[in-house]
Amino acid sequence: MSDYNFAYLDEQTKRMIRRAILKGLAIPGYQVPFASREMPMPYGWGTGGVQVSAAILTPDDTLKVIDQGADDTTNAVSIRRFFQKTAGVAVTEATAEASVIQTRHRIPEQALRSDQIIVYQVPIPEPLRFLEPSEVETRKMHSLEEYGLMHVKLYEDISQHGDIATAYAYPVKVEGRYVMDPSPIPKFDNPKLEMAGIQLFGAGREQRIYAIPPYTKVVSLDFDDYPFQPTKAAQECGLCGASDSYLDELIVDDAGGRMFMCSDTDYCTTRRRAGHVGAQGTAYAEDAA
Amino acid sequence: MYVAVKGGERAIDNAHAWLAEERRGDLAVPELTVAQIREQMALAVNRVMAEGSLYDPDLAALAIKQARGDLIEAIFLIRAYRTTLPRIGGSAPVQTETMACDRRVSATFKDAPGGQVLGPTFDYTHRLLDFKLAADGEAAAVQTGTPHEGGTPHIMSYLDREGLIQPEVAQEAPPPDLTRTPLELPVARALRLQALARADEGFILGMAYSTQRGYARNHAFVAELRIGAVAVEMEIPELGFAIEIGEITVTECETVNQFQGSKTQPPQFTRGYGLVFGMTERKAISMALVDRALRWKELGEDNLGAPAQDEEFVLYHSDNIQATGFLEHIKLPHYVDFQAELELVRKLRRDAQAYREAAE
Repeated sequence: MSDYNFAYLDEQTKRMIRRAILKGLAIPGYQVPFASREMPMPYGWGTGGVQVSAAILTPDDTLKVIDQGADDTTNAVSIRRFFQKTAGVAVTEATAEASVIQTRHRIPEQALRSDQIIVYQVPIPEPLRFLEPSEVETRKMHSLEEYGLMHVKLYEDISQHGDIATAYAYPVKVEGRYVMDPSPIPKFDNPKLEMAGIQLFGAGREQRIYAIPPYTKVVSLDFDDYPFQPTKAAQECGLCGASDSYLDELIVDDAGGRMFMCSDTDYCTTRRRAGHVGAQGTAYAEDAA
Repeated sequence: MYVAVKGGERAIDNAHAWLAEERRGDLAVPELTVAQIREQMALAVNRVMAEGSLYDPDLAALAIKQARGDLIEAIFLIRAYRTTLPRIGGSAPVQTETMACDRRVSATFKDAPGGQVLGPTFDYTHRLLDFKLAADGEAAAVQTGTPHEGGTPHIMSYLDREGLIQPEVAQEAPPPDLTRTPLELPVARALRLQALARADEGFILGMAYSTQRGYARNHAFVAELRIGAVAVEMEIPELGFAIEIGEITVTECETVNQFQGSKTQPPQFTRGYGLVFGMTERKAISMALVDRALRWKELGEDNLGAPAQDEEFVLYHSDNIQATGFLEHIKLPHYVDFQAELELVRKLRRDAQAYREAAE
C-alpha cells in the first residue's frame, strides 16, 4: 500500500509518539499525554496500541498480535493484517519469535526476553478513574502521590466481601512512585509485569502513553494481612493439560457442560506440539486446528 | 474431544463481502452516485464535513455512500482520512461580515442593515409528508433576485457600539490545533470552540437543551444566525501576503445572553458563539448555548454543578467517534476479564456460603 507511509503514520507523528514513549520510560508508570491520531479502526479497539506499535516498528521487526491471549481472535487478526498491509513486516504467532508483541488483556505465558517489546492496548489508563471521574482531579492526585482513596477502596472490598474484589486491571505501584493501571489483564498476569522486556502502554482515545522499563519493580497493591494473590481457574487445560497457564472457560454442550483451555493459544499449541495432551484433547496434528 | 475455535480470518473476509453486498442493496434499483448524494443529501453531507472536520463535499458524499447512510460511520471514514493529511498551515480568520448570506435572521431586532433573509429553511414548512416527491422530485422554477452588494454587518456590532455587550478580546496567537496536540484541561476558549465545532450534533443539542430547561440557564436570544459562503485566505510565506485559496459555506450563530453582573463584571449582555461548516444551524445554535454555559468561570458566575458548565464533562464526551468506538468495543471478546470475574464471584459466594454455614 504505497499511498501511506511505512506503518501508516507519518514520520512527524511517529516522532511525537516516540518522544512520549521515551518520556514514559524515563518516568515509569507516569501517564504521558500525547496527540493521539484518528486511526482507521475505532477508538476502544486498540488505537493506542496500534499507534505505539506503528511508532516503534522497523522493517526488520517480527510482529505478534494477540487479543485475550489468542492470535486468531477477530480483532487480533484485523490489527495484524493492518500492519502486514501498511508496514509489510513479518508476523508470527510464536511468542519467542516476535520482536514486538501487541496485546489486549493478556501477557504471554512464556517469559519475554530483553530484546522483545510488548505493547498493551489500554481502554482507561487512569487507575483512579472509577474512584474519581475528573481527569483534573486524578492528575492532581498522582502529582501529590495521594493514593489513599485507592487503599480505602481495597479496604472496603475486604470489609464487605472478605476479599479484594478486583479480578482484572488490578492496580500496581511502579518503582515505588506511580500507581498504574496494567490494562485489563487478569490479576494472574500481574507478577509477570516485572520482566526483561520493555512494556509500553497506549491509550488512544484517552490520549495517554505510559511505560515500564525492563526489570522495574512493580508491586500489586495489597495489605500485609491480605496479601495479593494471582488467581486462575483451579482446573487444567483440557487440550494440553497445563496447570500453570491462565484458562478460558467454554460452554461445550446444551447441558451447560464446561471445559477449560489455555487463553494463550501459542503456549497451548507449543505444548501440544511437544506431546502434551489434556483430558479432552487429542494428539497434536499440524492441520487439526 | 474439542478442537480450539479458529477461523477469525475467514470470518472477517466473509463479513466484509456480505457487507459490500448489503451496501449495494437490490441490484434492480439503480446505484446511487456520489454526485446525487452530494446534491440531494446536502445536509447529511454538511454534517459529515462538520463533524469530520474536513471541508470536502465529494469525499463526504463518498463516505456516506460507503457507510450505507450511517453518518457517524461516514464521519469516522472522513476523520481517518483527514488524519493522514499533512497540516500545511493555518488560514487567516474568515471574515463572516463579508459573507454572501443565503440566510440571515435576527431574533433580537425586527430589522437591521442587511435585513432578515429567511433563505432555504424548513422553519415554516408544515411537516406533512409530500407524497408527490415519491413519484416526482422535480422542483418548480423559483423567482430570482439580485443579491445585495457588500457585506452584512453583524447585529452584535450595534450592541457593541453602545457598550452593552461584553467585549471580546482579540487573540493574536494562532489557536492550537486539537487534532495535533492532546486535549489538556483547563482549555482556552478557542480550543473549546474547536472541540464543539466537531462535536456530535445530538450530544451538543442535548447539552444546549439542558441549559434551556434550567441546568445552568443562560437566557439566550439568537442575536444573529447567518449561513452563506465566505472566502478562505491564507498567507503564503513566499508571497508575503494573503491570497484567497477557496470558499466555504458556514453557519454562524451569535447569541446574546442576559447577565446580571457578577463580582467582577458590571451588568451587561454576554455572548455565546457557534460556527460550523456547511448549512448546520441546529448545531451552530446548540454550540453557542453550550459555549456560553462553559464561560461561567471567565464571567465570574457561580458553578451550579450543571453538566453543560462542566468543561471536562462536555469536551470528554462530545466526540462521537471516540464515544462510538469505546461504546462498541464492548462487543469485542472479553473472555479473559469475564473469566477473572467468574472466578472471583464464585470464590466470594463460596466464602459467603461457608460463613453462613458456620453461623448456623
